[in-house]
Amino acid sequence: MKMQDKKQAPREYLSFTLGAEEYGIDILSVQEIRGYDVVTRIPDAPDYIKGLVNLRGTIAPVVDLRLRFKLGRADYDSLTVMIVLNVRGRVVGIVVDSVCDVVPLTADQIAPAPDFGSSFDVSYLQGLASVNERMLILIDIEKLLGSADVALYAPVAAVPPSAIAA
Amino acid sequence: MSIDLARFHQAFFEESFERMDAMEQGLLQLEGGADNAETINDIFRAAHSIKGGAATFGFAAVAGFTHHVETLLDSVRNGSRGVDKPLVALLLRASDQVRALLNAARDGGNADAALSLQLQAELQAALAGDTAAVVAAPACAAVVVTAAAATSGWRIVFKPHRDLFASGNDPLRILRGLGTLGELESELHFAADLPGFAEIDPQQCYLSWTLRLCGAATEAEVREMFAWVEDECDLSIAPLAAGPVESAEPVHVNVVPITAATPVAAAAVAAPAAKSRAPAESSIRVSIDKIDGLINLVGELVITQASLTQYTRGLDPLVHERLLASVQQLEHTARLLQESVMSTRMLPIDSVFSRFPRMVHDLATRLNKQVRLQTVGEATELDKSVIEKIGDPLTHLVRNCIDHGIELPAVRVAAGKPAQGTMTLTAAHQGGQIVIEVIDDGRGLSRQRILDKARANGLVISDNASDSEVWNLIFAPGFSTAAEVTDVSGRGVGMDVVRRNIESLGGEVELRSQEGEGTSVRIRLPLTLAIVDGMFVDVGGETFIVPLIGVVESLQPAPEQIRRIAGQGQVLRLRDEYIPVISARELYRVPGAAREACQSIAVIIEADGFKLALLVDDLIGQQQAVIKSLEAHFRRVFGVAGATILGDGRVALIIDVTEVVRTCGRSLAA
Repeated sequence: MKMQDKKQAPREYLSFTLGAEEYGIDILSVQEIRGYDVVTRIPDAPDYIKGLVNLRGTIAPVVDLRLRFKLGRADYDSLTVMIVLNVRGRVVGIVVDSVCDVVPLTADQIAPAPDFGSSFDVSYLQGLASVNERMLILIDIEKLLGSADVALYAPVAAVPPSAIAA
Repeated sequence: MSIDLARFHQAFFEESFERMDAMEQGLLQLEGGADNAETINDIFRAAHSIKGGAATFGFAAVAGFTHHVETLLDSVRNGSRGVDKPLVALLLRASDQVRALLNAARDGGNADAALSLQLQAELQAALAGDTAAVVAAPACAAVVVTAAAATSGWRIVFKPHRDLFASGNDPLRILRGLGTLGELESELHFAADLPGFAEIDPQQCYLSWTLRLCGAATEAEVREMFAWVEDECDLSIAPLAAGPVESAEPVHVNVVPITAATPVAAAAVAAPAAKSRAPAESSIRVSIDKIDGLINLVGELVITQASLTQYTRGLDPLVHERLLASVQQLEHTARLLQESVMSTRMLPIDSVFSRFPRMVHDLATRLNKQVRLQTVGEATELDKSVIEKIGDPLTHLVRNCIDHGIELPAVRVAAGKPAQGTMTLTAAHQGGQIVIEVIDDGRGLSRQRILDKARANGLVISDNASDSEVWNLIFAPGFSTAAEVTDVSGRGVGMDVVRRNIESLGGEVELRSQEGEGTSVRIRLPLTLAIVDGMFVDVGGETFIVPLIGVVESLQPAPEQIRRIAGQGQVLRLRDEYIPVISARELYRVPGAAREACQSIAVIIEADGFKLALLVDDLIGQQQAVIKSLEAHFRRVFGVAGATILGDGRVALIIDVTEVVRTCGRSLAA
């Protein structure tokens, strides 16, 4: 949308932790942050797709990124946090260990991602940024959730346009 | 009559553009290497439907061009031609052209006819597998262009003098007269010095028109319409030039179909004189988005109300008497509110039926047949979303009926039937469903021909299959018993599109036929897509909803009713019928140990005339559920038609009975 405020204007990232690592996603894709709720299991879904949750009338899937990346233990308690994202009109919840803060980053603070053998495919990485001695792994959330191996959505063409609008 | 069809144009264009999107997506998938029959079928269906619609509405350019695209796709579909990059590229360019033609048809412009011809030649060349022919195409193109460009019609500028009315002339009558000569579009202009409402003199004419008349009318015929007013107006009649001239006009003031324009004109002229006759505003147009928003909100309200009811259930009625009374009142009001909001989306099915008389007439004339169309129950109301989607399948059925069902008059007479065939469309409410029937008294289906054709297509079927099994064959993709492909039908897409569309609406198609006597196709549909009457069941602590439409009965099976068939699972013996048993727990992978069949409840579900016993742990109750699509934010899940929100805010899955019966029932029965 606001592509014109290009280079120097910092973009804001929401940072959260998964296991020992700290990740960041574009804050514009974040709709809300809430506690982990009861989910309804989906038959035959992979283990990291926890189920469906009712977000004030919208039925959205919940993905546990900890299970997806096989990081840490996936406990659910009163402190477990779900970030509700709205990526291109698709609402999805992601479960993380904790949410840290909002970090403004300019383009030159972000370094391209090296092939550092992280537990997930490098193509979902937007880059790395260091903030106060901490390393932030920036994820291209749209690519990650849209990727075929996450199996969150049907192959593009199979989704009728009316369903997206609904 | 031609004016009547205009009100469906909007829907036709919307549908066609949607189909073009689907077609392009399919083509792109093919290019990406996906080479599955389903994708090709989808693309083909899109082209077929556009062609059919365009022919119905008289957009010959669109229909003609799409026919070529379709022919090529047909050869891909039946496997006589492989898919390669150049083919996809060609088809994509062709689909762009279809789009351009559609645009032209909608906006009344002219598409690049030369390009059409060039592409047509390329499509034909691709079909023949001969690329050399492409080079020769432009040469022949030029010849035909002139013919195509000469769309006949007139552009008429009609400026009545102020005192036109004084001589007793009525422009409205002239416009109506013109409407009988061809397709008329009118632009209404107000006089530049239009006085304020208070000063308007009702006996003066402040209006003028720019008219576009498409049709074969001669100038003399057009001029004759103005014979009485010739010296009381400024009139110019010019042949309708091709698009560019039209679009060069500075501003389109107000292009409306004549049906809409005349009442406006009439009202503007007559209003001051006849105040009492002003049409009562008993209805308003509201955009469907607003209604849908309202329905969503009401759905939310009902859910909140249900949870409120649930929370207050444990309260002591003596202490909280007033609260409980209010909650009860809320429940009542919420239900009424929901009913009345849902009813705003209900439309009489007449809006679908009314497009058929014309179509039947045109088709019958073209095929030299005599057909009488009867409609029954036009006032039956159903949800707008269902109405929108039922049009296409019905169109297919009606076309099939006239093309294949009803015989030529001579044949009919020879068979001892009246020369004129009768086709009946009926609609009626039955329980919570609507039943639509298309009945003809034509030649009926020929069991032998279908069997022969099926075998020729490589389908295995035994000679003593039941009639309904044989009729079912004609719903298979690509199945057609028509000896030759006409531009009306015969390619065999019709019936599988019909079934697919009906099923996507949660409905069923049933076919009955008697050779020599006729055919009847019965469609059952839910009244609305937004709400389902459901049976809530418990499976291992999880709640599922079985739509009542698909439920025959439910019972607790006695141990002796359950039989195990070696290697085949279990069957339930119910009144001399053996019904395959499937456990919902296994089907939906619900964690936990399975119960014995005789400790569960068997819900007998039925689809396609096939029954299945679904074992669940418990029945919770019957309730209405607001259907939410899973696909809005997720993908399709096998055996799940959608989801709904329970009283406590949790999500519950709605079981897709048809899919479950079809997949599990068949495999168990085979």
